Amino acid sequence: MKPLHAFHFASPATFYPLAGRLQPLFALLALGLAVAGLYVGFFVAPTDAQQGDGYRIIFVHVPASWMSMFIYCVMAFWAAVGLAFNIRLAAMMASALAPTGAMFALLSLLTGALWGKPMWGAWWVWDARLTSELILFFLYLGFMALQAAIDDPRRADKAGAILALVGVVNVPIIYFSVRWWNTLHQGASVSMTKSPSMAQTMLWAMLLMALAFWMYSIAVALARLRNIILERERQTEWVRHAMAWRG
Amino acid sequence: MNAMVVSLRRDLLLAARRRSEVLTALFFFVVVVSLFPLGIGPETALLRRIGPGVLWVAALLATLLGLPRLFAADHADGTLEQMALSSQSFALQMAGKVAAHWLLCGLPLVLLAPLLGLQFGLDADALGVLMLSLLIGTPLLSLIGAIGAALTLGVRGGGVLLSLLVLPLFIPALVFGACSVEAQTAGLSVRGHLSALGAMLALAAFFAPWATTAALRIAME
Repeated sequence: MKPLHAFHFASPATFYPLAGRLQPLFALLALGLAVAGLYVGFFVAPTDAQQGDGYRIIFVHVPASWMSMFIYCVMAFWAAVGLAFNIRLAAMMASALAPTGAMFALLSLLTGALWGKPMWGAWWVWDARLTSELILFFLYLGFMALQAAIDDPRRADKAGAILALVGVVNVPIIYFSVRWWNTLHQGASVSMTKSPSMAQTMLWAMLLMALAFWMYSIAVALARLRNIILERERQTEWVRHAMAWRG
Repeated sequence: MNAMVVSLRRDLLLAARRRSEVLTALFFFVVVVSLFPLGIGPETALLRRIGPGVLWVAALLATLLGLPRLFAADHADGTLEQMALSSQSFALQMAGKVAAHWLLCGLPLVLLAPLLGLQFGLDADALGVLMLSLLIGTPLLSLIGAIGAALTLGVRGGGVLLSLLVLPLFIPALVFGACSVEAQTAGLSVRGHLSALGAMLALAAFFAPWATTAALRIAME
């Protein structure tokens, strides 16, 4: 047996079966963690004194926001790896992650609106966090639109990588500028995290949900990656073999 | 540096032969700004309140208007490839092109802004800050915009895509630019806002030409 080389799994042909084996594992983990997190969130965590049961949307809202930002960084990382080492798989990984990140950004916006209605009395408040989340959503859309508009996949990879890198430099700048803009204008500045002391169980539920979302992102990204690999490598011998074997 | 000056002069000369293109963006700026009082109503207090934001958003859009043409003509006739192949620094040549874009698209906006600001009832101090913030901010817009223009070069639906890519990246400039004028009106110090704009300009001036050339090389592969 050959010793395992560092870049052994950097080839789509070797990564495709590995992703196929890993994907159900992460999907199961996601399911288990989500069940545990939701159970703790809905049945164990105490009712909030001020917000009643309405606050429980936090267990989806906050992890979704975390994941949307985290995935952007991961996406930019893989894009940079793809650009620097000219690894096709890394670039495919970046494009596989983008829709999931955009979905989490949208989920965070939607749950934020649903939460805002009973708490602030409005569906949308120009809160610093919500606004920067919206901009992050736009950045994801821009990345996906750019990749979709370029026919040549290699060019789409590289152009998307540069955009992701420019975006990841800009994300903190945007975040702090929006925060400053918000403090200057003194809008409805009800902070979401100002709740005096979060009960230990609430934190646990949030962490469990964040882990569940993380595992879900990996599982979905791997599934999407497998499809991208098949689509791009369809002219190669090993894909034909794999498909024939599957029947 | 010589390469930058040469490409700057070349673009200015080309623009001087086709003046209408420069005037279009300027005219667009004036029209967009004038639409707001028509849409909102002529109350002075309200106009004074929204003036800085309206002028800044209009400047953003006017800058955007000229961006698709930034590299398109040179790409179409092969000049861009010759520039990339020449022994001179490609990044400096592109910096020259961006500087030309700013001189033709950004600087006229800066000079015209006080006149339009008067229509919004801004006082002399606010107009000064508005000009200063646009003076620092519009080169920043041109630099960031050039990355987007390079990425969308020769891409289907490039113009619309360009605005989707670039406008979110313009947001910090808009925030600090428009807020500086409001801070001046409110009697606060504007130094922090302008410093932040200047810092972003320094950052963009260093990195944007590099990102632009990388994107252009990808587009020309």
